[in-house]
Amino acid sequence: MTNPFDDIPGTVIFDAARSRQGYHLNMFCFSLMKAESRAAFRADERAWLEGFPMSEAQKAAVLARDWNGMIALGGNIYFTAKLAAADGLTFQEVAAKMSGVSQEAYAAMMLAGGRSIEGQRSKSEARGG
Amino acid sequence: MARIAAGVGTSHTPAIGAAVDAGRTDEAYWRPVFAGYEPARRWIAKEKPDVVILVYNDHACAFSLEIIPTFAIGCAESFAPADEGWGPRPVPVVQGAPELAWSLAQALILDAFDMTIVNRMDVDHGLTVPLSLLFGQPAAWPCKVIPLAVNVIQYPPPTGQRCYELGKAIRRAVEAYPQDLKVVILGTGGMSHQLQGERAGLINSAFDAAFLDRLVTDPVGLARMPHIDYVREAGSEAIELVMWLVMRGALDERVREVHRFYHVPASNTAVGHIILENAGRQGMGE
Repeated sequence: MTNPFDDIPGTVIFDAARSRQGYHLNMFCFSLMKAESRAAFRADERAWLEGFPMSEAQKAAVLARDWNGMIALGGNIYFTAKLAAADGLTFQEVAAKMSGVSQEAYAAMMLAGGRSIEGQRSKSEARGG
Repeated sequence: MARIAAGVGTSHTPAIGAAVDAGRTDEAYWRPVFAGYEPARRWIAKEKPDVVILVYNDHACAFSLEIIPTFAIGCAESFAPADEGWGPRPVPVVQGAPELAWSLAQALILDAFDMTIVNRMDVDHGLTVPLSLLFGQPAAWPCKVIPLAVNVIQYPPPTGQRCYELGKAIRRAVEAYPQDLKVVILGTGGMSHQLQGERAGLINSAFDAAFLDRLVTDPVGLARMPHIDYVREAGSEAIELVMWLVMRGALDERVREVHRFYHVPASNTAVGHIILENAGRQGMGE
């Protein structure tokens, strides 16, 4: 059975499968809510990550700050946002990175009314089909 | 008896809270947002609710992935602002209404809504930004607050229909409470926005306008809108709008729209709010 949510372009739904896949990645992000954890992570990122039974691909995505990669590996945006906050990034800076444009271009798009829904409803529409 | 006098739907964008806390509300970027909330601030100052039931979602602060309650009601004496990764917001501690909250929890459970009872919970921007928007920066919030947290992060969130029905059950439970209390209910989150992936920054103003219209005139039909319509049309995080239906369900089917405001952007989101009063409330001895 096809999942109709899979037809939405550039969008990952945090369903049961994603939640199971990303559990430890997200719990790592959640650990950054505490100041002492943030300090330990900053002191040695790899060592702090080793405390969580994540896949090597998930750890690599964290170390590379591959925001879309983390989401593809089960990360949830509200959890990965903790990593962004620990890095001192705003939500808008991360959104710009995920949508592949500069922060200036992203901010300008938002000021002009945001990303238009036209062409963004389904993957076939996004391909221009 | 206690009664629900009015409902407010509003966005709870974290950047709005950050702007308030940093004293930036007068900057050109933010001025339209805060000017847009001026009528709501005047309205709530006159309305003077004893208690606000604040329907919001926790953003991975009080609840991680360890425990994910679908509907959670805060029954504590007070709720501290959460440290969301950059220190807690410098806002007053939220004072709860434990006697009413416990009474609601019991009544809702017996009315077939299996609430999670929460006795300790820090509250994040989802709860504190609406308070800042309505009340500004007082030394203490001017009313008691009952936090009602809805899961909209882990799929599936509750359906719009279930949220609407919960609102109706909340109203029954409030009206069964013997003490004379004036309650205002807030449904928060939205409006259109997507924070993740290549489609981040999505805004659909036509969807938002239609949502506000139908919230007023066709709540029964709006409650039947499936999750995918919110996500496809208005962005993955616009699913938060189901929480506005809890608020709407707690009001009469016929309501009076007191005020509406809509603005793009606040950081990544469309900001909107609407104030609704029960159409028959003059008959309630107002």
